[in-house]
Amino acid sequence: MELLNSIFVAPFVDMAAYPDFLIQVIWEGFVAGVLYSLIALGFVLIYKASGVFNFAQGIMVVFSALALVSLHEAGVPAWLAVVLAIGIMGVLAVSIERLVLRKLVNQHDAILLMATIGLTLILKGVGELIFGGEPKPMITEQLGLPTGSTDWEVFDGIVIFQHIDIAAAVIAVLMVMALGVFFSKTRIGRALRAVADDHQAALSVGISLHQIWAIVWFASGIVALVTGIMWGARSEVSFALEIIALKALAVLILGGFTSIPGAIVGGLLIGIGEKLFEVYWGALFGSGVEAWFAYVLALIFLLFRPQGLFGERIIERV
Amino acid sequence: MADKTPDSQIQNDIILSVNNIEVIYDHVILVLKGVSLHVPKGGIVAILGANGAGKTTTLKAISNLLHAERGEVTKGSIEFRGEEVQSLSPNELVRRGCIQVMEGRHCFGHLSIEENLLTGAFTRKDGNAAIKKDLEMVYQYFPRLRERKGSQAGYTSGGEQQMCAIGRALMSKPSMILLDEPSMGLAPQLVEEIFDIVKQLNVDTGVSFLLAEQNTNIALKYATYGYILESGRVVLDGTGDELRENADVKEFYLGTGGEERRSFRTVKHYKRRKRWLA
Ligand SMILES: Nc1ncnc2c1ncn2[C@@H]1O[C@H](COP(=O)(O)OP(=O)(O)OP(=O)(O)O)[C@@H](O)[C@H]1O
Ligand SMILES: [Mg+2]
Repeated sequence: MELLNSIFVAPFVDMAAYPDFLIQVIWEGFVAGVLYSLIALGFVLIYKASGVFNFAQGIMVVFSALALVSLHEAGVPAWLAVVLAIGIMGVLAVSIERLVLRKLVNQHDAILLMATIGLTLILKGVGELIFGGEPKPMITEQLGLPTGSTDWEVFDGIVIFQHIDIAAAVIAVLMVMALGVFFSKTRIGRALRAVADDHQAALSVGISLHQIWAIVWFASGIVALVTGIMWGARSEVSFALEIIALKALAVLILGGFTSIPGAIVGGLLIGIGEKLFEVYWGALFGSGVEAWFAYVLALIFLLFRPQGLFGERIIERV
Repeated sequence: MADKTPDSQIQNDIILSVNNIEVIYDHVILVLKGVSLHVPKGGIVAILGANGAGKTTTLKAISNLLHAERGEVTKGSIEFRGEEVQSLSPNELVRRGCIQVMEGRHCFGHLSIEENLLTGAFTRKDGNAAIKKDLEMVYQYFPRLRERKGSQAGYTSGGEQQMCAIGRALMSKPSMILLDEPSMGLAPQLVEEIFDIVKQLNVDTGVSFLLAEQNTNIALKYATYGYILESGRVVLDGTGDELRENADVKEFYLGTGGEERRSFRTVKHYKRRKRWLA
């Protein structure tokens, strides 16, 4: 009786009694979800265009953010550090295409996955060597990102919105829109979608897979840098972030590996879901629900809907 | 290579020459065992043969799409407009004017018809105006594509997809199109329509065609020259008329000849006959 009450009754009573707090929880979950979505988005870009499951997406977030912060520490002005960090992701993308993908083309998927695991270890090793292993604060103010917060008085209480969180959400939306335009309106974007649909046919019309692969890795490198900046601004930049980035896997299972809308919705669902669960039901499980909630949700999905929420429809003509 | 290249005085008029090539898949499966063929500028040449004869392999050897299937040209040479092409990527070959329309059309299913056509212009550098103009030209040849230009290619009919695939190739401004089984799975009337357009394109724009077909009847009606392929070898070649009149071709490929001989090589080939006629 006691148990049923704490599962089915008490949490909802709580929610209704303090709606301002409920809003706060949802907002926090939403912002975390935006970041999960962005990491998953980087995955989806690469997976769609090259069929490579890029295990290194999480470390790319850390690596790009560390590069940015370290450049600034070394005396480079913030805006120039951003440009250089983007440049570094570009060089990384081209090198990965030249040195890894090109050599392994036509190999089994598992071999490509291994290669990206190898890449993860290399980026981590090189990153620690160059940037050091200790966490660094993000250069939030130097980048012109807002700090501080706004209180919203509602339902006899207040909800606090950190300005950096609002900025993260706005920037994420803008970036997704920019990607959308890029994919649907540009020559390269069209070629990317063509490659995602049919490699062979894309080759046959003269689309260079090498070029396209380098471009998608670069694009997801930029997504990684933006994610790293936002995440770093909320906490700090450290390799611990990589673990959290693994939650993007759960997001992918929810959203489907090839769907950009899926990555976004999946990320938000997991972000909001785990926060709600942690706050209202967490006590039942002891603490630390946030660490596993995403994976359990993903498992449930694997059992009942393995193609994900938005797994791309396979066109079958009759 | 000392092989059967044509007389040097006509070499200038040859756009594509394949000289005695051998193709091996997966390092062990020998599929082409010395194939030679030539396409004159502005010609329509057909490669004929049954399932598994090596038609697609020949076309992919030329367009360099073999690598993606772990196939390799191990002997012989291929020259497109006098240039050895074996070291070129498909991308470079398309830039030089040689493009393949793959067997089974391979349209980009999630792209609209018009987007499909535009991907064909990927390698072009001559600006949007020129590309627009060619898009218009493709729509003139295939009015049906204009009607369906906003539809996702994956949901269009087989005939429309074939038209889309040919139109997409045209958008690259090719001088040579390698056309793999355009008739596959289409109603006879539609096959006729597509071949008519191919002929029209050939006459109007001078683009050369090398087409692979199982449908010998229709192919020989439109081709100026044909090669018959059996298990990786050319067993017979000649002008369209010569082949149509040839007793063996009549029997095994057109189904109109006598009964006493069974095949160029082996008797078991008679089994295939039904399929060629189908
Ligand atoms: N990727 C591959 N790996 C191994 N063998 C292959 C491969 N592709 C084709 N083959 C073999 O090569 C031979 C010739 O195939 P090809 O596709 O060129 O024939 P085709 O004349 O085009 O036949 P169809 O009329 O059925 O299209 C076949 O025996 C086939 O099994
Ligand atoms: Mg074939």
